[in-house]
Amino acid sequence: MSAVAEKTAAGEARALVTYDTHPDRYAHWRLAFDGAVATLSMDVNEERGLRPGYRLKLNSYDLGVDIELYDALQRIRFEHPEVKAAVITSAKERMFCSGANIYMLGLSPHAWKVNFCKFTNETRNGIEDSSRHSGLRFLAAVNGAVAGGGYELALACDEILMIDDRSSAVSLPEVPLLGVLPGTGGLTRVTDKRKVRRDLADFFCTTTEGVRADRAKQWNLVDHVAKPQGWAQSVTEHAARLAKESTRPGSGKGVPLTPLRRKIDDAGYHYEHVDAQIDRAGRTATITVSTPATPQPADIAGIHQAGTAWWPLAMARELDDAILMLRTNDLEIGTWLLKTRGDANAVLAVDQALEAHAGDWFVNETRGMLRRTLARLDVSSRTMFAVIDQGSCFAGTLAELALAADRGYMLHLPDDPAAAPRIALSEANFGAYPMVNGWIRIRTRFCGEEGPVAAAHKRIGEPLAAEAAAALGLVTFTPDDLDWEDEVRIAIEERTSQSPDALTGLEASLRFPVAETMETRIFGRLTAWQNWIFNRPNAVGEEGALKVFGKGTKAKFNWERV
Amino acid sequence: MSIDYAERIPNNVNLANDRTLQRALEHWQPKFLDWWHQLGPHDFAGSDVYLRTAVGVDAQGWANYGYVKMPDYRWGIFLADALPDRKIGFGDAYGQPVWQQVPGEFRSQFRRLIVTQGDTEPASVEQQHLLGRTCPSLYDLRNLFQINVEEGRHLWAMVYLLHAYFGRDGREEAEELLARHSGDADKPRILGTFNEPIADWLSFFMFSYFTDRDGKFQLKSLAESSFDPLARTCRFMLTEEAHHMFVGDTGIGRVIRRALEVMKELGTDDPAAVRRHGAIDLPTVQRYINFWFTSCLDLFGSEVSSNAAVTFANGIKGRPDESQYEDHVCANATFPLEVPDGRGGVATDTVPLRNAMNEVARIAYAKDCDIGVKRWNMAIKRAGHDFQLALPSLRFRRSIGAWAGAATDPAGKPIARAEYDRRLPDWLPSESDRAFVGSLMHPVREPGKMAGWIAPPDRGINNLPVAYEYVRLS
Repeated sequence: MSAVAEKTAAGEARALVTYDTHPDRYAHWRLAFDGAVATLSMDVNEERGLRPGYRLKLNSYDLGVDIELYDALQRIRFEHPEVKAAVITSAKERMFCSGANIYMLGLSPHAWKVNFCKFTNETRNGIEDSSRHSGLRFLAAVNGAVAGGGYELALACDEILMIDDRSSAVSLPEVPLLGVLPGTGGLTRVTDKRKVRRDLADFFCTTTEGVRADRAKQWNLVDHVAKPQGWAQSVTEHAARLAKESTRPGSGKGVPLTPLRRKIDDAGYHYEHVDAQIDRAGRTATITVSTPATPQPADIAGIHQAGTAWWPLAMARELDDAILMLRTNDLEIGTWLLKTRGDANAVLAVDQALEAHAGDWFVNETRGMLRRTLARLDVSSRTMFAVIDQGSCFAGTLAELALAADRGYMLHLPDDPAAAPRIALSEANFGAYPMVNGWIRIRTRFCGEEGPVAAAHKRIGEPLAAEAAAALGLVTFTPDDLDWEDEVRIAIEERTSQSPDALTGLEASLRFPVAETMETRIFGRLTAWQNWIFNRPNAVGEEGALKVFGKGTKAKFNWERV
Repeated sequence: MSIDYAERIPNNVNLANDRTLQRALEHWQPKFLDWWHQLGPHDFAGSDVYLRTAVGVDAQGWANYGYVKMPDYRWGIFLADALPDRKIGFGDAYGQPVWQQVPGEFRSQFRRLIVTQGDTEPASVEQQHLLGRTCPSLYDLRNLFQINVEEGRHLWAMVYLLHAYFGRDGREEAEELLARHSGDADKPRILGTFNEPIADWLSFFMFSYFTDRDGKFQLKSLAESSFDPLARTCRFMLTEEAHHMFVGDTGIGRVIRRALEVMKELGTDDPAAVRRHGAIDLPTVQRYINFWFTSCLDLFGSEVSSNAAVTFANGIKGRPDESQYEDHVCANATFPLEVPDGRGGVATDTVPLRNAMNEVARIAYAKDCDIGVKRWNMAIKRAGHDFQLALPSLRFRRSIGAWAGAATDPAGKPIARAEYDRRLPDWLPSESDRAFVGSLMHPVREPGKMAGWIAPPDRGINNLPVAYEYVRLS
């Protein structure tokens, strides 16, 4: 992670945020391993904020702190198969975490705040995702005061153990203190996950000082409490118990996450299997995912040996990074064109290996990485069009890209059927990659209707040209070679001319129809309520609560209820 | 349990007619007495102690002397007389009438301040609860107990505010004040310093001089508060706190005087010789000062503090002696703050004054601390010695704020980390210093007699002779 001025090829300095880091370079976290238990201790360095202008006091965090957390989680997932339970705690005395740094929020432009909240949400959802799908269990060992985003981090863990020292309190003080909402799932997890009664939640979320451990336990804000003298013992016991519930292997050789080989230049971000080509004038990025140049191992030994070079993992890590880079650094690039290149059979073969070895921890983690990366696409506030042109290979796992897109344009070649692009479905499209709404993309696409899903399922493995794909409802438009260029160009130009805010709202609404889960509610809350509040003068006007926080001036509210 | 309120609990808050308050106190008072029996100076529960009891806030009322057994002490509830038409003296609401009730929007801020202040009062009683066993004289023993019962009363004062103005939450917090205990690993006192036991009388005098003076400055800040009952409570507490400072000031002064006597007698200022003669040498006193003064500096909080700004702006907590300043709103004023420049030097940052209120109070506190140091130095000089005591710099040995963890010498000059680590043990009381001071702690219980390491006081209590039997041991 860094806020380095990366020189582009033309020598132009652009202050880019990257998500690269390594435990050796962490400024804010300590990662320790003891058999089946990993301990992630938050120890934020006040002076090392990602951007100038604020100090990260009281274990408060900014994007830089969360980038390290994300990296640490990835290390546990891939490099430490022996770990069955992770303890998230603090290395500070009597202070677990005071949440997102308020001065950082006060100084940051709206887009930065939203991008920050989105990434932190994804990381916390990722914690729950790993618990659900990989059996990696999480214990929040809240060893001191915990507020706001600190409690939201704890809420993402399977269980919360809180210290009962008669002083430390848990709180969500966003509303009374800052005039905003707990933006990282706090409200939603308090009700949906912890089932805190509505009136108690109302009180809890409107009191700055929060509640101490005894009441926190009584109201189910935490699961367990322990006194300081029994604390270490209690953490050990709960972690050991959670480790016992885990389905992780508990042994095996980890796969080191080698640094991504990424080239940054004027034209975008370039990786081995992923290329993000930016057209700044057109405000689009073309993200092209390529199939492997070399045959991929089908046996488990070969897969382990390949490690991070195994195509599905390498591709997922690169795509993940490209999404994050584009989201953080290229705000005006509002439309992403998703393309694929290569051999569809190679993808289907990889899908088979993923399916055949699903019980292996590394394969399972790789599927998890794919699942979370695709889920990141779903919640990205960018228009996504799949461009299914000649040479493409939207098959199996890569077909998910087409299904994730807001629209799909597929080239129809009536005069040269052999050269026409085809898409193909595999079993992976029918279960491996649920979205955060709990549904697979193809079901979501049809708003939960069973018929079209069943019809598509019958065609697994079959290369589908434009007409067949359109008939199944898998693509939106199928211009022929004469119309293709203009149709696609016009569609993009039209799209990029429309209001980015309205498009973000529209896309988020349409991408998650019918079914709601805790996760969709969290993102929905963020996009709708929190972003509305973040934009209102009551929060961010010159005299808004977020702006004046800490300056000793009282916020001036417009008292009208809207 | 029925209580004759007027007699049992002297007060000027109309306790006899306030059923809410009665109910709260009926529940709380037995717990307070249990606490006093368990964690107060319980070895001396049966002794008659010549104590001052406040039965009113006027000149006659606040200082009634007489023998009393400490568990029977009449802990009263007193607010200084209301000032008619008092107006808010600082912050955004400057000039408006003060509040007689807590405004809902500041309720939790007030509650936290009162609880934090209240928590220190019983904490110090707990920290000192074994000191009576090694008193250097009955005079000092009585002073210790006077401080103990008054800290108990100050706890009552804070509990009164919690009971009277904060409803059920306030009652719960009042109980927590008795549930947390100094040094208890499971339920420690809120502020770290108040969890260290006070093991010897030199530390006790240092505590009374430096730590109680921090309390005085906190009370001065709260005495400015727009919440009038809090302001009045603190104003009255300040009259009692003066005695605590006096005990610290004269206690350290008498230790120094005794050292000077021994130096004169032996004709040397060699610390080892002074020690062999059973007195505490001046360099040791300096090291204790270094330790206690710097520990107390942290109690004021960070130099740049959003809390300080918010409590000032909202009229919750002012500057000590707010009336001495010209600008009471400080909306746009700035403050030049010395911070480490990151290259081993000092830089000056300009920060909003409202955010720097902790530093303003800390500077005022340091100035107040220096008065006694000057007096002690005069005594040393009069005795013909060059040695001078000095307060360390506000930058030295800080654990919070801009200078937290910075390597400086006691004068505040940034030095290399290695040099700091090497020399720090010379600047602070060492294990052997503490062991030496500890070795002097033997009880002296004969009226008028003093331990060999401390000179007698200039005068007794309430115009009585020094040799008066201030404590009748049972």
